[in-house]
Amino acid sequence: MYETQYHRAASVEEAARLMGEAEDGKFLAGGMTLIPTMKQRLASPSDLIDLRRIEALKGVTVDGRTVRIGAVTTHYDVSTNEELAKICPAIANLASHIGDPQVRNMGTIGGSIANNDPAADYPSALLALDATIITTQRSLPASDFFVGLFETALEPNEIIVAVEFVAPDKAAYKKFPNPASLYAMAGVFVAKSGDNIRVAVTGAGEGGVFRLKDAERALAGNFSPSALDSLAVDPDVLLSDMHASADYRANLVKVMAKRAIAEITNRPM
Amino acid sequence: MGVEGIGARVLRKEDRRFITGKGRYTDDMSVPGMKHAAFVRSPHAHAKITGIDVETAKKMPGVIGVLTGAELKADGIGNLICGWMIHSKDGTPMKMGAWSPLATDAVRYVGDAVVIVIADTKGQARDAAEAVDVSYEELPVVVKTAEALNEGAPQLHSEAPGNLIFDWDIGDEKATNDAFAGAAHVTKMDIVNGRLVPNAIEPRATLGVYDAGEDHYTCWTTSQNPHVARLVLSAFYNVAPENKLRVIAPDVGGGFGSKIFIYPEELICLWASKKTGVPVKWVADRTESFLADAHGRDHVTHAELAFDQDNKILGLKVQTIANLGAYMSLFSSSVPTYLYATLLSGQYDIPAIHANVKAVYTNTAPVDAYRGAGRPEASFVLERIMETAARELKVSPAELRRKNFIRTFPHQTPVIMNYDAGDFDATLDAGLKAADYEGFEKRREEAAKRGKLRGIGLSCYIEACGIAPSAAVGSLGAGVGLWESAEVRVNAIGTIEILTGSHSHGQGHETTFAQLATERFGVPIESVSIVHGDTDKVQMGMGTYGSRSGAVGMSAVVKALDKVEAKAKKIAAHLLEADEADIEIKDGDVRVAGTDKSLPWFQVALAAYTAHNLPSGMEPGLKEGAFYDPSNFTFPGGCHICEVEVDPETGVTEIIQFVAADDFGKIINPMIVEGQVHGGLAQGIGQALLEGTHYDDTGQLLTASFMDYTMPRAQNLPSFNIMTTETPCPSNPLGIKGCGEAGAIGSPPAVINAITDAIRNNNLTMPATPQTVWNAIQAAK
Repeated sequence: MYETQYHRAASVEEAARLMGEAEDGKFLAGGMTLIPTMKQRLASPSDLIDLRRIEALKGVTVDGRTVRIGAVTTHYDVSTNEELAKICPAIANLASHIGDPQVRNMGTIGGSIANNDPAADYPSALLALDATIITTQRSLPASDFFVGLFETALEPNEIIVAVEFVAPDKAAYKKFPNPASLYAMAGVFVAKSGDNIRVAVTGAGEGGVFRLKDAERALAGNFSPSALDSLAVDPDVLLSDMHASADYRANLVKVMAKRAIAEITNRPM
Repeated sequence: MGVEGIGARVLRKEDRRFITGKGRYTDDMSVPGMKHAAFVRSPHAHAKITGIDVETAKKMPGVIGVLTGAELKADGIGNLICGWMIHSKDGTPMKMGAWSPLATDAVRYVGDAVVIVIADTKGQARDAAEAVDVSYEELPVVVKTAEALNEGAPQLHSEAPGNLIFDWDIGDEKATNDAFAGAAHVTKMDIVNGRLVPNAIEPRATLGVYDAGEDHYTCWTTSQNPHVARLVLSAFYNVAPENKLRVIAPDVGGGFGSKIFIYPEELICLWASKKTGVPVKWVADRTESFLADAHGRDHVTHAELAFDQDNKILGLKVQTIANLGAYMSLFSSSVPTYLYATLLSGQYDIPAIHANVKAVYTNTAPVDAYRGAGRPEASFVLERIMETAARELKVSPAELRRKNFIRTFPHQTPVIMNYDAGDFDATLDAGLKAADYEGFEKRREEAAKRGKLRGIGLSCYIEACGIAPSAAVGSLGAGVGLWESAEVRVNAIGTIEILTGSHSHGQGHETTFAQLATERFGVPIESVSIVHGDTDKVQMGMGTYGSRSGAVGMSAVVKALDKVEAKAKKIAAHLLEADEADIEIKDGDVRVAGTDKSLPWFQVALAAYTAHNLPSGMEPGLKEGAFYDPSNFTFPGGCHICEVEVDPETGVTEIIQFVAADDFGKIINPMIVEGQVHGGLAQGIGQALLEGTHYDDTGQLLTASFMDYTMPRAQNLPSFNIMTTETPCPSNPLGIKGCGEAGAIGSPPAVINAITDAIRNNNLTMPATPQTVWNAIQAAK
């Protein structure tokens, strides 16, 4: 690791000020990607501005069916929040399968979506839930926030404060993990609120998280696993690497989507 | 059997320090004035070095030295060598390319060491290493085993035209061809045994200390064989004469073969310590380990197995290309030859075998022994082709094997090995019963109703351990003898130290070796200490690999115990005024048999050291040494059965059950043996399902971290159903065969046989990842 200066911010204002003063600063949340990258000498920020101690960024609040998750809430805290588990168990379940116990106790939702790893779990949930990302400067929908591989709409000095969404009637997340890293090789989040069905895919798209609109249309008339039997997922827009070819990923996307719907409808595939 | 003697499940004495974090590994060692090293490594798989500029790095903060291969050569340090001579079938010696510890003219794989940087801190050393400017002129690259011999393939070493190191064979080619000519059925297969990265939990590390006052070197290192390291560093690399070099291998966190070899780094750190005047420590990080530890396996094979009309095997033909990587590591040549092709007869009576092995250079990390070393490759070839033949002949895979078992011993195979004992029906029967093999078809039908593809696969392996009779391996090209040594020191109060040339890096020797003395003299196991791993403390020994510590190392201990017992009995007979033949040692007492006359064990020891009243002419003291040179290899064998369910939608394989019925001969500590089997199975199943090493076409290692290289996790493994049968080994005093590698040798073919049975497609390479299995399912549609 190259030498770096560590700062612990007490407020988002202080964090923004420290970032403004830094030569080449980086915000630090859980550090689950940034720290290993620095250890490998692939990143060398002059300053690390730690957001994890900022109280205003912590915690899950549920108001009616509106859920707000503070940016530095850990995956563990999301996965074990009882109120959240009652109205949106799918996201709690998703959080409980991120990485391993160490990662879940350090990693945060804000850190995950700011990094926008194409194989991270949360982006699929936020896109399918039509979540709003609240930052120090604005609010924007998930569909505008996630731009591309490791790329978001965040400005250099902009800090994620929280994510907000309305709990769906029903939802499920099914992930097929990479055998080595256990990141998603194909993760599909399906959310249904009345007639509004959204299906979002992570781990597979060559441009990062995306909505599987063909599946949404097929499910509109027949919300059951068999509705996707004839679904053809286009491998041309999917990632291909030594772990999974685009064709294999296309198959996994379809299978995971069907399994998510089977879970929601409690129907066999 | 006493509660702590032979056969007892004694808890591991060494675990107190390991599980309380008090182990002392090479990286825990610290000496005054110690500095830290980092290596500049090649980012290219093949390139000429056109310049090395170290001036900027030398001026960096904390930097003490920046040293190159030219300086190393100028000081007379030798090239790295392979210590086992193989002759090609035309009689010419193997063609070994020069391996300079620090590359001077060219680099031949990504990770090849070029410059060492020594600085006050590890971070400073790494900063300065990045500032070293090496100019390269890139050269074309050959990576794939099967392409190394192609016409026009890029050349690695001028010494080895066409990248061919040797073209070796074993067995009688004409007799084998004749046997095939009369065959009723021939099964033919192409078989790939992929490359593995060893991944010991402790990365390699070394601390080199030069003492100018004594003109003496000390080398702390992660070694499975510190004496061999000292011998090679002295005799071949010219670091220092043996009496001026102490090698210490303290606690070592796993080796699996990868810590047998002398690597550039330990040699360079010793030399650099003298050159710079400071002790130099280097510890690999995980990616360095991936890049620059010796890898394992990497064979491409074509095999043919001929049967008569009665399904009896007539002959076996095997052609293998073995990838040795960019340089020949210390024992690399022996692995695909005498440790591989000599086991191709397996458990079967095969009248004629001919095997041809071509060893090749490629622009990849060197390949050498890895848990099993040649024997997993042999059992994979033979057990895959046996299962395949049974499918083609439409007979039970179990019964085809049984029909061809060897049943009389000793049995001379056509490929050197002479099996001394075994009962292959016993392990097969035990395995079939435990797995309910007969009831499988019902389970397959039930699984099909749930949409799952269920399959079952066998593997009846044999291996050779207890390496090895020195004269025999010497005649086959080994540069060393493979005996073992021991010294048993009884102290004046009766406690015991056993000094062994074996080295424990996970095997539990501190417990099992102590059990031998406890069994012999009835002393509590806490009174017995094992000393190993330090050339200044322990007499010359050959170290631990090839499942040899029980069969060879313990046999040396037994010989030394025999001598101690004989002298103790003489002393006791004298003190008790009895006949020496009537003296017996039991439960910590030395008695005259059939009387109430006895002495406590410690009084005999004390008498030996006070020397006030010894038999006339006897030397004082109670300390004896022994060297044991085995008269044969040992032959553990067994039956592994794997049952799987494959999810046809995703290609995911779940192991439903794994049965291992093994014959290890006599067992000293069943708990430790079970642990060895569990670990071996985890590695074998890891190879079969998960572990794949990928270089891209430019020679970059794509699987250089745990993010991409899949190590087995607990969730990937079932609860193993393991058992042992026992035919004692006749060639060593304890009847031990060895157990350290069996799990990794027997299991991969069982797993692949099970999956190919499930998916009804026999064309499946390891690792059988979900993607690979799914592709094979699609191909079979």
